Amino acid sequence: MDVPSLTIPELRAKFADGSLKPVDAVDQLGARIAKVDPQLKAYNYLNLDSARAMAASADVAKPLGGVPIAIKDVINVQGDPCTCSSKILQGYTAPYDATVITRLRDAGAVFLGRTNMDEFAMGSSTENSAWGVTRNPWDLERIPGGSSGGSAAAVGGHEAFAALGTDTGGSIRQPAALCSCVGMKPTYGRVSRYGLVAFASSLDQIGAFTKTTEESAMLLEILAGHDPRDNTSVDRPVPKYTQSLHQGVKGMRLGVPKEYFIAGIDPEIEKAVRAAIDVYKSQGAEIVEVSLPHTKYAVAVYYIIATAECSANLARFDGVRYGKRAANPKDILDMYGRTRAEGFGPEVKRRIILGTYVLSSGYYDAYYNRAQKVRQLIGEDFRLAFEQCDALLTPTSPTAAFKIGERTQDPLQMYLADIFTIAVNLAGTCGISIPCGFTSGKLPIGLQIIGPRWGEECMFRVAHAYEQATAWHKEKPLL
Amino acid sequence: MADPTSSQGIDVTYVADLARLRLSPEEIATFQKQLGDVLGYVSQLSEVDVSHVTTSGAPDLKNALRQDVLAPSLTPEQALANAPKQDNNLFVVPRMIEG
Repeated sequence: MDVPSLTIPELRAKFADGSLKPVDAVDQLGARIAKVDPQLKAYNYLNLDSARAMAASADVAKPLGGVPIAIKDVINVQGDPCTCSSKILQGYTAPYDATVITRLRDAGAVFLGRTNMDEFAMGSSTENSAWGVTRNPWDLERIPGGSSGGSAAAVGGHEAFAALGTDTGGSIRQPAALCSCVGMKPTYGRVSRYGLVAFASSLDQIGAFTKTTEESAMLLEILAGHDPRDNTSVDRPVPKYTQSLHQGVKGMRLGVPKEYFIAGIDPEIEKAVRAAIDVYKSQGAEIVEVSLPHTKYAVAVYYIIATAECSANLARFDGVRYGKRAANPKDILDMYGRTRAEGFGPEVKRRIILGTYVLSSGYYDAYYNRAQKVRQLIGEDFRLAFEQCDALLTPTSPTAAFKIGERTQDPLQMYLADIFTIAVNLAGTCGISIPCGFTSGKLPIGLQIIGPRWGEECMFRVAHAYEQATAWHKEKPLL
Repeated sequence: MADPTSSQGIDVTYVADLARLRLSPEEIATFQKQLGDVLGYVSQLSEVDVSHVTTSGAPDLKNALRQDVLAPSLTPEQALANAPKQDNNLFVVPRMIEG
């Protein structure tokens, strides 16, 4: 039995009939990790002993009882490191659990370890990690995407049954597309951010990587819900996503935004996504062309708003309360300046400077205020589009995984990797990426399904319908 | 004032100081060029007509408030456990005031 390639429902069925014990699942996954992680480097930190102990006492009747899950290294798990792949948090031990971790514990999940990421979730390739580059399970010369590249490589490489990630501008969906897994970003406010190290608070949302849409729906049922400790989490009922999943797309109207099929998109990707649209047509969905006219401004808006928020959020890393402090400071300004100089990597520094600049006196109106206004226009685009259709179909990424090092010298090129995912965060809607094919070089391609705010039920239905008709999600990398 | 959306507008040395970030001369030179490119790219926002858009917040959103009541929280020991330097339940930093 190839345990690491099982889905969570398959795994739970084996736990239930006694043919597999949770501890054995941890051990088999441990063996897989020992074999492939020296190449992939998906994990920053593994704790198989504590995972075995959690598995040994797991109640397999619970929704995730005994199921090993990996956690992006940006979410606090009490007693674990939480480095955000940054030197500035070296040595930090989380004193509390994030709300999503409490919810996963209550559901019986087992925590395996922490996955690599771009430092403080800033990047699209996981190359901005202080702990080294994670590799794509489909081609070790290529990036896994980012910023949740470790989580994507862990699930895509069958080193975890599921993984948590975070998505600020595409950081779940883009790496999911590049590693051939399912990556889901919920509606802003659906999942508590308490205990998530903040990057851009108005955009960040926690979501999950899984092998299938059904598992994604299972996880969101557990993760979602109001949390008094995050006052941007919203108090509204959590639907039973797994129950409405199977209803199909017959009679649905699915929108294809013309601005997402532009010059610059890899022709193989366009072909795969167009073929996926035809699958929906054959299932009885009505395909309508829609327009999101402000799409071309999304990346520009994002790099003003996200950097502005990051410059404020990362002010807390000053060497006073936690993390690294520069040695022998002359005075407090010397301590701040050198602690941050030594602790942060180049991309984080770049974004702090850009964000400080766009908020600074004399530039605030021209940049930040204007970006906020264009952000509203982008949100309005989506609102109008969802008057004409139930969900949108787009490519997740304009290209397949690029080579390690290919874009590191040109930040602007790197930023454009998120061109199809960023607007969803600005509008606060939900989105999911599912496997929809491979390039001729056998690199994964992702289909993005965007739902309206609180439209996860519809989003999952659309994703599941495609999965039932195709077998892309069953392909395994040759690792 | 200089044209605020010109790509030459950013003085990296000055902004880094505002951000309490000490940069090397090499970093300053690199960032000056790279951020100039990024600001050139984002300047396309100036072509969008935003005259009818307000930023007073969406009409369907209201403040989320909660009762201000005591709830379990970290002990002083837990809160200080990650501090680079601590003494007597306090975070210790270099002297700020002469005297």
